[in-house]
Amino acid sequence: MTADAPRPNLPPLSLYVPEPKFRPGDTVDFSDVTVPPAGAQRRPDTASDPADFHELAYSLVRVLDDAGNAVGPWDPKLTPDTLRKMLRDMALVRAFDERMFRAQRQGKTSFYMKCLGEEAVAVSAAHALARDDMCFPSYRQQGLLIARGYGLDRMMNQIYSNRADELQGKQLPVMYSSRDDGFFSISGNLTTQYPQAVGWAMASAVRGDTRIAAAWCGEGSTAEGDFHSALTFATVYKAPVVFNIVNNQWAISSFSGFAGAEATTFAARAIGYGMAGLRIDGNDPLAVYAATQWAAERARTNQGPTLIEHFTYRTEGHSTSDDPNQYRSAGEPTAWPLGDPIARLKQHLIVLGEWDDARHAAMDVELAEQVKVAQKEAEKNGILGHGFHQPLDTLFEGVFEELPWHLKEQQQQMLAEEEASGRPWARKS
Amino acid sequence: MSEAIVNEAAAADRASEAGANTRMNMIQAINSAMDVVMSRDPDVIVMGEDVGYFGGVFRATAGLQAKYGKRRVFDTPITECGIIGVAIGMGAYGLRPVPEIQFADYIYPALDQLVSEAARLRYRSNGQFNAPLTVRSPFGGGIFGGQTHSQSPEGIFTHCSGIKTVIPSTPYDAKGLLIAAIEDNDPVLFFEPKRIYNGPFDGNWDRPTKNWSAHPGGEVPEGYYRIDLGKAAIVRPGEALTILAYGTMVHVVQATVEEMGIDAEIVDLRTLVPLDIDTIEASVKKTGRCMVVHEATRTSGFGAELVALVQERCFYHLEAPVERVTGFDTPYPHSLEWAYFPGPVRIGQALKKILKD
Repeated sequence: MTADAPRPNLPPLSLYVPEPKFRPGDTVDFSDVTVPPAGAQRRPDTASDPADFHELAYSLVRVLDDAGNAVGPWDPKLTPDTLRKMLRDMALVRAFDERMFRAQRQGKTSFYMKCLGEEAVAVSAAHALARDDMCFPSYRQQGLLIARGYGLDRMMNQIYSNRADELQGKQLPVMYSSRDDGFFSISGNLTTQYPQAVGWAMASAVRGDTRIAAAWCGEGSTAEGDFHSALTFATVYKAPVVFNIVNNQWAISSFSGFAGAEATTFAARAIGYGMAGLRIDGNDPLAVYAATQWAAERARTNQGPTLIEHFTYRTEGHSTSDDPNQYRSAGEPTAWPLGDPIARLKQHLIVLGEWDDARHAAMDVELAEQVKVAQKEAEKNGILGHGFHQPLDTLFEGVFEELPWHLKEQQQQMLAEEEASGRPWARKS
Repeated sequence: MSEAIVNEAAAADRASEAGANTRMNMIQAINSAMDVVMSRDPDVIVMGEDVGYFGGVFRATAGLQAKYGKRRVFDTPITECGIIGVAIGMGAYGLRPVPEIQFADYIYPALDQLVSEAARLRYRSNGQFNAPLTVRSPFGGGIFGGQTHSQSPEGIFTHCSGIKTVIPSTPYDAKGLLIAAIEDNDPVLFFEPKRIYNGPFDGNWDRPTKNWSAHPGGEVPEGYYRIDLGKAAIVRPGEALTILAYGTMVHVVQATVEEMGIDAEIVDLRTLVPLDIDTIEASVKKTGRCMVVHEATRTSGFGAELVALVQERCFYHLEAPVERVTGFDTPYPHSLEWAYFPGPVRIGQALKKILKD
């Protein structure tokens, strides 16, 4: 039977193509986003069978209520000092993002990616994990490096691909790597880090180590085969790994429906694998901390992997290369029902009597200054596009441990080209 | 100590490590390579579909799980992407994984993990992380495997920067090269010519099969020895022309030239990346003629790279155009396998052509 001659007695098939609720110019109404009250979800024992708490993959674990109180069994009961450090780290991430976004607009680098509104996802995780647990991030977890104290100027050196860039200008801006800080080299290809995190975690278990792995990807890239390969492996070997899906609703211009969000939650992916799954309020720094801590404890006690969906919202564009107002309503960020993670933790500290508006304002000024000072330092090492910051022959370093003849030959060719250009080394700063 | 005495002592050390020789087929030699390395280095892990209790569909990992335990030798889910991705993570941790891809035809789901991840990790992290994995995979046809158990995908990987490609042609080479590959700190693809697992093959499908018992390459030390990557072997010295080949085709070429009475110099490349260009160049300059043979499809195959290198380096020594003998640009057929295979007839015709003047 061909398409030209359908069976007349049957209705024609119709292809369904998802469409986001709001496009540019639309009035945003998020009233259909279900936000259960904080403290309503139970906290199973970390040794529980994942089959006993399937509902946690469909609900939303929240700790901070609208008044700024920490409520319910998931309250991690952190000290004021820890809460203030988390607040400070998130605010520092935001100040850093702001400055680097502007640096890209000023032509100092080629590319930047902010995490505005999602700061809790990485910062709270960094606080809840051990310092030497290995993180396999995607590109929007700069909060891990900032919370682990890597150094703003070092991050900027990478963003500028300048002569102090520890990656020698070999990677796109924000694709950091720091082995010493438990921060795996960011790929840029999506979700490839998921099976790698599982492999690292399995290796840790093979060796009888105590360190665990954690991985992050966006909701959009859960569609990649790597995601499912990783979950299968992790389940099979009970790998000590914490999987994080950052569901920020948008993958560049594709809304979460193109990853299956209209059918079920992303945390529910865990159920098919027999894995522990949690869906949490990603804009609640205490919920992120508590969920990470719980999942890490499961991993560390050989209970296996956990999949955490961080329900959050990407307040800005995907990167410096897209304008979100071209594909979604400008009203979405302000209408998002889960608020802002920094404002929520600030409010909580104020409710506790451990913080106030004046101190917050002073902190913001101080952090802006800290970022500015770091930027000045970094720019002493150069900015992208203004001269070659790395010796030319480093182009060939690291392809292999040792340079084989064919690369040596090409290296010589490149050096000869530079001489033949008539202005040898002119582009060298 | 004089240099001679030092060298002699080193050679004696190597000999005692290598131990006594015994006859092995290529499967046994590959198994022995993993066994020897695993006994020396607790970081070596073997993983793949059916490699554990069962010992692999070709028996290459037989006995390893019983000997080293299931934490070092284990079966995996059927996801090549997962197998390679997990191996990369293990390598980044500090282990030395040896994943098996059951057939080279199944390697494509792992392409991104191999090409964008394993091959780039050292570069993109500026040396902070590396992926010291050795991916073993049976490849090539001639076993009635049809289009999904016969392919030779080596040219896809030699095209990509950052990954080494090794293909042995004898049990002796297979063991020494596999040990060197596992000990290498870069990712290595180790393609095993499954047509010659059990014996050399002269390219004539209708003749009785041979085993390795009569071939010098079937004599293999029981212990530890390495054959450095990047070194070709001249398996037959000669003057009439140079033939560049690897894997199964080394034997097909050798049988063909001997039956035709042609004094060819046969260079077994053994490692495609990094390539032993010096041996190739010296041989072609000596003979003045060059033929390139592989079983893989023709267009953009590794043979094209060899032809380009030879003409770049040896053009003024060449007395005839470089000949290229390959499989056809079709899927690997099932019933017409021997029409596809670059056997003695195709090789013979090319030999006549290149030698006619």
